Amino acid sequence: MVALAIRHGSSRKLQKLLRRMAILFYGVNILLEGIGFMVKTYKELREVIAKKNRGLREKVMSLEEAVGMIKDGDHVASGGCHYSRTPMAAIWEIIRQKKKNLVYSRSITSTEGDLLLVSEATKHVVTSWFSPGVTWGVSRVMRHYMQEGLAVFDEWSHMTLGLRYRAGAMGVPFMPARSMLGSDLYPRLSDIKEMECPYTGEKLALVPALNPDVAILHTQRCDPYGNVQSEGLPFMDEDIALAADKVIITTERIVSNDQVRRTPDRTTIPFFCVDAVVEVPYGCLPHECYGQYEPDFKHMDKYVKLMMGKGPDGVKEYLEQYVFSPATWNDYLDMLGFKNILKATVQGKGVYYD
Amino acid sequence: MTKTAYNTAELVTVMSARALDDGKIVFGGAGMPLISCILAQKTHAPGLTILFEGGLIGPHIEAGKFPPSTTEQRCARRANMLLSITDILLLQQRGYVDYGFLGGAQIDQYGNLNSSFIGDPDKPKVRLPGTGGANDIASLASKILVAMHHEKKRFVEKVDFITTPGYLQGGDSREKAGLTVGGVYQVITHLGIFGFDKETRRMCIQALHPGVDIEEVKERTGFELIIPDDLPRTEPPSQEEIRILRELDPDKRYTTPKEE
Repeated sequence: MVALAIRHGSSRKLQKLLRRMAILFYGVNILLEGIGFMVKTYKELREVIAKKNRGLREKVMSLEEAVGMIKDGDHVASGGCHYSRTPMAAIWEIIRQKKKNLVYSRSITSTEGDLLLVSEATKHVVTSWFSPGVTWGVSRVMRHYMQEGLAVFDEWSHMTLGLRYRAGAMGVPFMPARSMLGSDLYPRLSDIKEMECPYTGEKLALVPALNPDVAILHTQRCDPYGNVQSEGLPFMDEDIALAADKVIITTERIVSNDQVRRTPDRTTIPFFCVDAVVEVPYGCLPHECYGQYEPDFKHMDKYVKLMMGKGPDGVKEYLEQYVFSPATWNDYLDMLGFKNILKATVQGKGVYYD
Repeated sequence: MTKTAYNTAELVTVMSARALDDGKIVFGGAGMPLISCILAQKTHAPGLTILFEGGLIGPHIEAGKFPPSTTEQRCARRANMLLSITDILLLQQRGYVDYGFLGGAQIDQYGNLNSSFIGDPDKPKVRLPGTGGANDIASLASKILVAMHHEKKRFVEKVDFITTPGYLQGGDSREKAGLTVGGVYQVITHLGIFGFDKETRRMCIQALHPGVDIEEVKERTGFELIIPDDLPRTEPPSQEEIRILRELDPDKRYTTPKEE
């Protein structure tokens, strides 16, 4: 009932309220019925953009202020992929601010997904693959939460998840696709439909638009207005930025608008999409940022050992030590250690230098 | 000629490399599939182009420096092009990709793969990491290659869950589901090379590797294989193939047999 009400045509605010009630009263299993997919109406999408302050204005703020824009129950989409260009500082602050009942979506989810589950920031992950990385095995935390029915993992193929963000970015309610058909992934997702193409008569999968409430994206450089100039692998960041209602950019460095204007061909996200710009050097660690630093593999190994050894309890210890106890992000970096960060940096620059 | 010694993982890698023709485009995953692609480039297929799910066309991979993930920056160094994940995967839908190269936790008699759930999906014994791009690759690349270690628990009559479509329930069920292109072309294991019957779409054995007894294949397969009367044998890996392979993976990080 609640699921149906939420899926069909009720307003956005009502959807959110009902979803929160459903989590409260029914536990999370009801989410399997398709709550949380939330294809927003075109009217709502247009209204959000119409209300957005799109003027050329400075948006530089602190990490606390930026993450403060995220509300409990929001759908938060992360940029990057796997352990690359993860907006880790924003995730870290989300956990510190004790956000609850978020829907978390990302192309591929790595260790940050464990942290969000154990901190109870999310019980609903929308992704294509979820574990620290191939060489580290299957996340014990992901297994625990999903096997015990404590959280939901909507498994989309990588391309169709990308097409969902793209549909969101394009302002259309769905995209046709030629994958997902025939598989068992398909019937587990209530908001994917088939159609016969009106032109060719072929069978196609229709994947619904994903318009996140908030996008959190990390980049190498951005100006105070929010002109983003990302380097290297683009992942799904550009579609996510255009699809989302609000966009938070964390950046290795804030550069001047003059500098952006010298290379406008390098701008990947236009300023009027962006709502917050936060300078956070090493904002992906222990994950990597293209051309800046590789992962801190020593820290990743240490984390995975703790997580695989003790499961959620190990991650609780980790959160206490690395997320809640340091006073600032830089204090957290201090805990990773100069030598490790230096090593990651030297290797990270290796993309550009022989 | 002296006999070349090799382990089962090296055997699968070499046999997989041989399946890749020159001048084609292959979507390759990290680990063994990638090493097979590079080995093919260094032997018979210098014009083979590799695509990575992270958004790379034609990466330049150096011996001994294989990236553990295909979405990280180490893959991108000296590639031909970087593009978004959605766009690289869409190249397959457009028809540019000849081979998709996959592994999986479980395969069944119709070539369906499971990388989502072991046991009942609603109450799984094990929740696996998921599809990633595998479902897209298997739906859209022209020919699918699957490389696996041959074990009874992995070669099952029916997978617990179809993450990655092969020929679904056999016959024309794949086409009927809307998957009008592609399909599993070959399954390469440490025991032999397998294909699929054109009508029933059930798995058949095409060739046995050197020294392998068909009885061992039957024992390690959880369903009835189609076995032709005249069963050829593959040529063993050459000294040259093994030499290049060991140069590529000097620590045998990706070419050590999985323990059973």
